[in-house]
Amino acid sequence: MKANVALGTNQEWLQALRPVPSAEALEELRAILLRGLRAALADRVDGDVDALSEDFAQEALLRILNSLDTFRGESRFTTWAQKIAIHIALSELRRRRWKDIPLQTFTENADGEELTPAVLTDPQPQPDRIAAQKELLRTVELLVFEELTDRQRTAMLAILQDGIPLQEVAERMDTNPNALYKLLHDARQRLKRRLEETTGLSAQELLATFEGQ
Amino acid sequence: MARIQTETLKELLRRVLRTRPDEIGCETCYEKLDQFVEMELKGKDAAEALPLLKRHMELCSGCSEEYAALLTALSQIESDQSLT
Repeated sequence: MKANVALGTNQEWLQALRPVPSAEALEELRAILLRGLRAALADRVDGDVDALSEDFAQEALLRILNSLDTFRGESRFTTWAQKIAIHIALSELRRRRWKDIPLQTFTENADGEELTPAVLTDPQPQPDRIAAQKELLRTVELLVFEELTDRQRTAMLAILQDGIPLQEVAERMDTNPNALYKLLHDARQRLKRRLEETTGLSAQELLATFEGQ
Repeated sequence: MARIQTETLKELLRRVLRTRPDEIGCETCYEKLDQFVEMELKGKDAAEALPLLKRHMELCSGCSEEYAALLTALSQIESDQSLT
């Protein structure tokens, strides 16, 4: 018999799942997670989407049942449950995709010659602005090496240059995404402050110079 | 040893100059993500209601991808339900 709880209230879902989950509610929830996972993963994996979705749905069910007490009712229960399933799936896919890519150590461009910020598409290049942009980029590069810790620099550049997701960088650095985000936020704040001090201009003025607004 | 590419420096500079003191981390973003996506599906302006979350996703590709995937998943489920 199919349980008719798919469109039920949050309270109905919780009652059906605890303290002992009903088989019908579990099956209904699994089916919803599966549909969502299949749709979300269709464009994200090359392999067998159905098999992967089944695995992720099963793992998600366990985690959902173990986390019921943390559900605060700020969304529909099924939305919250689907969020957990997506998180599990994408975390695992990220791990698989990036597992063999090492974090790099960066070195400074000694002469800055490789910096080419010229606005090549600008029909009327403004030499002064281009020179200012180039100077600004050179200053930022120097500050990245002078002001940031090795950890901050490595993480920031792994994300920006190599495109490694923050969550994956966090794992390599034996920390968690939240702590790494905080580390990077501190790094950005420090660079911003030092840029303002070095140039005597506000961040807004610097942005205008850089973006040519 | 790798060199920093010019494009990397440009993006770094943009992010640095737009840094705000009140940004949220991945954990808070994740906690609110279901609310955010649900608001979007209801046609509400989620970015206006939860601007810090929107800002975080602009800076964090992992959270942003989870948002996009959740939106796809829920849209599919909604469309399945509207057919039944």
